[in-house]
Amino acid sequence: MPDRNMSLTQTPMPTQDPNVRNKNFNEVALGYTKEMAINEAKRCLGCKHKPCVSQCPVQIDIPAFIQKVAQDDMEGAYAILSADTSLPAVCGRVCPQETQCEQMCVRKKKGDSVGIGRLERFVADWHREHSSELPQKPKSNGHKVAVVGAGPSGLTCAGDLAKLGYDTTIFEALHMAGGVLVYGIPEFRLPKAIVQTEIDNLKALGVKIETNVVIGKTLTIDELFAQGFEAVFIGSGAGLPNFMHIPGESLKGVYSANEYLTRINLMKAFDPASHTPIQKSKAVAVVGGGNVAMDAARCAKRMGAETVYIVYRRGRAELPARLEEVEHAEEEGIIFKLLNNPIEVLGNDDGWVTGLKCIEMELGEPDASGRRRPIAKPGSEFVLPVDTMIMAIGTSPNPLLHRTTKGLDTNKWGCLITRNDDGLTSRDHVYAGGDAVTGAATVILAMGAGKKAAAAIDKDIMGK
Amino acid sequence: MFKILNKKMLNPTVAQITVDAPLIAKKAQAGQFIILRSKADSERIPLTVAGYDREGGTITLIFQIVGAGTAELNSLEKDDEIHDCVGPLGEPTHTEGLRKVCVVGGGVGCAIALPVARKLHEQGAVVHSIIGFRTKDLVILENEFKAVSEETRIMTDDGSHGEKGLVTTALESLITAGNDYDEVIAIGPLIMMKFVCILTKKYNVKTIVSMNPIMVDGTGMCGGCRLTVGGETKFACVDGPDFDGHLVDFDEAISRSKMYADFEQHARDKACKLFSKEVQ
Repeated sequence: MPDRNMSLTQTPMPTQDPNVRNKNFNEVALGYTKEMAINEAKRCLGCKHKPCVSQCPVQIDIPAFIQKVAQDDMEGAYAILSADTSLPAVCGRVCPQETQCEQMCVRKKKGDSVGIGRLERFVADWHREHSSELPQKPKSNGHKVAVVGAGPSGLTCAGDLAKLGYDTTIFEALHMAGGVLVYGIPEFRLPKAIVQTEIDNLKALGVKIETNVVIGKTLTIDELFAQGFEAVFIGSGAGLPNFMHIPGESLKGVYSANEYLTRINLMKAFDPASHTPIQKSKAVAVVGGGNVAMDAARCAKRMGAETVYIVYRRGRAELPARLEEVEHAEEEGIIFKLLNNPIEVLGNDDGWVTGLKCIEMELGEPDASGRRRPIAKPGSEFVLPVDTMIMAIGTSPNPLLHRTTKGLDTNKWGCLITRNDDGLTSRDHVYAGGDAVTGAATVILAMGAGKKAAAAIDKDIMGK
Repeated sequence: MFKILNKKMLNPTVAQITVDAPLIAKKAQAGQFIILRSKADSERIPLTVAGYDREGGTITLIFQIVGAGTAELNSLEKDDEIHDCVGPLGEPTHTEGLRKVCVVGGGVGCAIALPVARKLHEQGAVVHSIIGFRTKDLVILENEFKAVSEETRIMTDDGSHGEKGLVTTALESLITAGNDYDEVIAIGPLIMMKFVCILTKKYNVKTIVSMNPIMVDGTGMCGGCRLTVGGETKFACVDGPDFDGHLVDFDEAISRSKMYADFEQHARDKACKLFSKEVQ
């Protein structure tokens, strides 16, 4: 009988106290100690049929790496992880494990699943803290591939191609690589130093990153082919923020979540020494119920707002955000105004936001998405007194690339159309993945798409 | 890194720099802009391209030292390097098919209006230019406009140079004198563009304006640069910066442009101390 931990509950994750952390930008979850990790790893039954792996978009050999942790072989565990994911320290923090690998865990039939995400994070952090060894640059195969966008899908695709020996160049529009990992997800959920380490690892593998280049403007896809790139992967991410088209959205004090988060994260407005302008808010309403809404609300609190509301038109059970993010937000004092929908942003004579007029909703019959349709309750209007409103209701794909690239087809929402699961677009040798194809989704789905495209690009080029 | 190859002051608060940026120089067209960060921790500043040399691989930028960001940019001298520069962004100004155009520039907006006037001139269009400034010392690019225009009117608020009055005074006199313009292209302060549009609407002359709202990424991600145009939300960075001036909600744009006025005042006071040698 192996040394197994039959506890029904996951080893708890140490976290910063909610009333301390809602005033700083340090990481909320503090990570397992080695003892905690080994203890948790021993809960894994090592199932032969590996149900967890079936739900992992990048197909990590989960029981194998966990077994290494249980044996106190952290470098061995890291080697298994890094064979399938280029960004383990990121995945361990931001993947929705509860709806993926952990959902399938046999231990979940009675008690908690194994803390797969927490273990992944531990192994990646352990490696970063204990090993200064950079990955070896593989032998070049003499073929060039271009990647558009240095976000999760592009970094994953480039990493996989580099491991196969491709001369890979990522073109990034912003001044810094990382995409949503640096402009969107806040420091307290994903420290930027960790993202930078993962990017440095990719560079050690030979991936080149050209920042300040907008494909579709600075260079076109046709020019990339003319420069000798044999295939292009587009991971340009989600684009323009959606607004509700209600009166008052152009008042001063109305932000898109993209803008608010970018000012705080990428442009470092959280640092008092930063030059980045941002509104000093007292009361903030964030509209939306996804992870981005939770990030924006928790940032607003940390930026010093006394009152922060989440306004969402359905109920708590329907919130698209991860439960963990919702719970963290609640603990930090974010007020959830559920079953409420904004109908007008109110402002003063100088054009500043003074309130958000909302109407109460109730849930009716399920709609096409299978979720119960929210219906307004007549006469239930009320005003939330706020000076800032942040719209976090999704994005529409960026129009730059398909406007300047012949033969790149998009659907009616402007998402790039792919011919198959490998991400091949309507143009030969041009692949795409992540939010540019799916619309706003998760980091790990984008990584999965980048990984599949890398395999398909390899087949494409080698089969020529 | 993007090296500053040349720098000169056009007037006490407007600087012109030539920057080594071969990829941007190869593509830039009149009306497009770039975003730069002077140093590793600087703000992203959008600036419209004032000129380009495709063979030499350089672009020319003209900027007014108005806030902390531009004061920091102005602290860089010839042979210094700009940390980041990305572009060309936005849609070029459409000039196809135009045969007679009045180009109206106000203040530092003249720097953006000039390449448009030049492009129109080069394609054989008749160009009338009206350039306006507060006072004589602030006049820039007068000879450059004269070189590409059949008629150039210089306006100053105090009459210290050219004619006394606003650009709209000159524009109305040109229109009423019988000049039948295909288009008026107006580039300058929001308030100037607003009044040019009120005037041209009266005479039913199509008017294009170049909008320069607050933006962060400039590539269609942050949504900060949104404007209401013809009742619809438009994004200056990917849909513009040029729009039909008769459809732009100027009052909203003017209000939104002041979002960070307090913040900027504070930052400017700090920056003035830091970079005081440049802004004397």
